[in-house]
Amino acid sequence: MKSLGNVRRSFTPWADGAARPYIAFENVTKRFGDFTAVDDLTMHVYEREFFSLLGPSGCGKTTLLRMLAGFEEPTSGDILLDGQSLKGVPPHQRPVNMMFQSYALFPHLTVADNIAFGLKQEGMERGAVAERVDQMLKLVKLEQFARRKPHQLSGGQRQRVALARSVAKRPKLLLLDEPLGALDKKLREETQFELMDLQEQLGLTFMIVTHDQEEAMTMSDRIAVMDAGIVVQTGTPGEIYEAPNTRYVADFIGNVNMFEGRVTAIDDGLAEMETGDGFGIRAVAQPGVSAGQHAWFAIRPEKVDVTRRKPDQDQNAVEGEVWDIAYLGGLTVFNVRLDSGTIVKATVLNSERAVEDPIGYEERVWLSFDPDCGILLER
Amino acid sequence: MSGRWTWFNVTSVVLGFAFLYIPIILLVIYSFNESRLVTVWAGFSTRWYVEMFNNQGLMDAAWVTIRVALVSATVATVLGTLAALALVRYTRFAGRTLFTGMVYAPLVMPEVITGLSLLLLFVSINMDRGFWTVTLAHITFSLCFVAVVVQSRLVSFDMSLEEAAQDLGCTPFEAFWKVTLPVIFPAVISGWMLAFTLSLDDLVIASFTSGPGATTLPMKIYSQVRLGVTPEINAVCTILIGLVAIGVITATMVTKQRAVADARARQADPA
Ligand SMILES: Nc1ncnc2c1ncn2[C@@H]1O[C@H](COP(=O)(O)OP(=O)(O)OP(=O)(O)O)[C@@H](O)[C@H]1O
Ligand SMILES: [Mg+2]
Repeated sequence: MKSLGNVRRSFTPWADGAARPYIAFENVTKRFGDFTAVDDLTMHVYEREFFSLLGPSGCGKTTLLRMLAGFEEPTSGDILLDGQSLKGVPPHQRPVNMMFQSYALFPHLTVADNIAFGLKQEGMERGAVAERVDQMLKLVKLEQFARRKPHQLSGGQRQRVALARSVAKRPKLLLLDEPLGALDKKLREETQFELMDLQEQLGLTFMIVTHDQEEAMTMSDRIAVMDAGIVVQTGTPGEIYEAPNTRYVADFIGNVNMFEGRVTAIDDGLAEMETGDGFGIRAVAQPGVSAGQHAWFAIRPEKVDVTRRKPDQDQNAVEGEVWDIAYLGGLTVFNVRLDSGTIVKATVLNSERAVEDPIGYEERVWLSFDPDCGILLER
Repeated sequence: MSGRWTWFNVTSVVLGFAFLYIPIILLVIYSFNESRLVTVWAGFSTRWYVEMFNNQGLMDAAWVTIRVALVSATVATVLGTLAALALVRYTRFAGRTLFTGMVYAPLVMPEVITGLSLLLLFVSINMDRGFWTVTLAHITFSLCFVAVVVQSRLVSFDMSLEEAAQDLGCTPFEAFWKVTLPVIFPAVISGWMLAFTLSLDDLVIASFTSGPGATTLPMKIYSQVRLGVTPEINAVCTILIGLVAIGVITATMVTKQRAVADARARQADPA
């Protein structure tokens, strides 16, 4: 997977101002009655991109996909596919295939016939259909199940049939609504990589909904984090994780420690903040943060150092007592209670953990971090 | 429910079945009676079956009945399925409640009223009463039974199946034809069978709407019985019972075979 990673790193059409988006949501609003499911949303996805939608249940992810596939019309705004408005184009004329969250397998057809359905529909010749079906069955590891009916399959197997059926036609744009949620970890990881391979080889554009942030991180070129019908932040997995633009995003992706306080000074992008926890922070600030305002400092647990000795810095260091230790094999998580009562999470790689004299419960320790390890957020 | 045989269970089952089937068994037995007197046993014979087949009036009536039942069941199934689709799919059209009520009303309408009103209609539009008026009348009243049967299946039909079909390139009509219809087909078939049997044994509505040359079997039997029951009638009824029994058994076996085949497939592949 190393080589894949390298290819992906050089793929950044969203940074190129001249590139035309493949999918463009332009100020799209979708209302159901007086409930607004998608609220004035603008979002661009580029050709060959692996794009993930991440967000809590009910935030409008499925609704977005359904509008792209043609099952819902936007209440206002427009969706462009390859520069063409999709307004009024019926689902069967869109070069888009969708995997349904509910699978929607045809109960009267066998697994093989389910997968072949779209291929036969587009008039593909018999031999080619059979070959493609075999290939798809192999992709989802269901070769022995080709002749079963959907009701004779387990939940995870059904999910894989639904995935195979939507991929079979190799549509230019594939929409996957939680494609791997019912699979066990090992199968999920294998399928993830095969999907990425397929997408890479065939040059498809994927838009995928997932609840699993790790999955989104592994597979995506970019991630959109949604909340109640709006996109809060769009960015590469690295950007989303390292530079979340709000507390909501920081909190949604991974673990984070948050300190609240007042900004006292700004110079050269570095802000000084006095926290309510009795120590000073000097850190990179989000553009727009100004002196005197209320702000939050977000830092990931793995960026926090735990030491017995007081570090030689006045800012970005605070003392506390070890409250809880969770040993996770590869790493250890310390929950440290500051004197203010705040609990701070710090993870330490076990390669660095002193085996002879490990830090124990109720010990006094110092927590410290570098100025560029966290970020100061306005909201 | 416990599976134990208690005296109470056994007695109630025996009594129930006796009540249901003794009249039918008697009818079948007496159809093989030598004697012309229905209630006096005089030895085994099949002569009434021969006479029945030679009774031109009875045979004509049977033929009319079967044609009426076939045509009316088929038309009622098509229309009833469409009505059910409209009722389930288009939940927001104006007058839906009225439409629903109107589809269901004939279910609870006394047959005499249905028959009479249809008669008045046919008279007022000057339609000659005969085969087509009976057929039309049967379509009207069996349509709502089909609609009810199909509708109850459609309510639990997952609409996303049709969406998936459209997503894979089907027009809305193709999606209905290739996915919805096959999935609801068992309900459509039961609707057809229901309509067919309803038409087969209808006496009241047929009496109102039929005319010369279109006497149905129930009408014929009824008019003959008024002149006295002949063992011939018993023979006709026995054949009808036989037909219905074969239909029911075939339907059951088809369903069962499918279940067995499914179970086999499950065992054949490793899980
Ligand atoms: N047909 C509909 N009528 C009314 N409300 C709807 C309809 N479809 C969706 N909604 C509402 O729109 C909101 C967004 O729904 P959507 O299915 O897009 O959520 P989601 O992000 O996919 O959630 P999940 O992660 O649980 O699948 C929900 O609050 C839902 O109740
Ligand atoms: Mg959803």
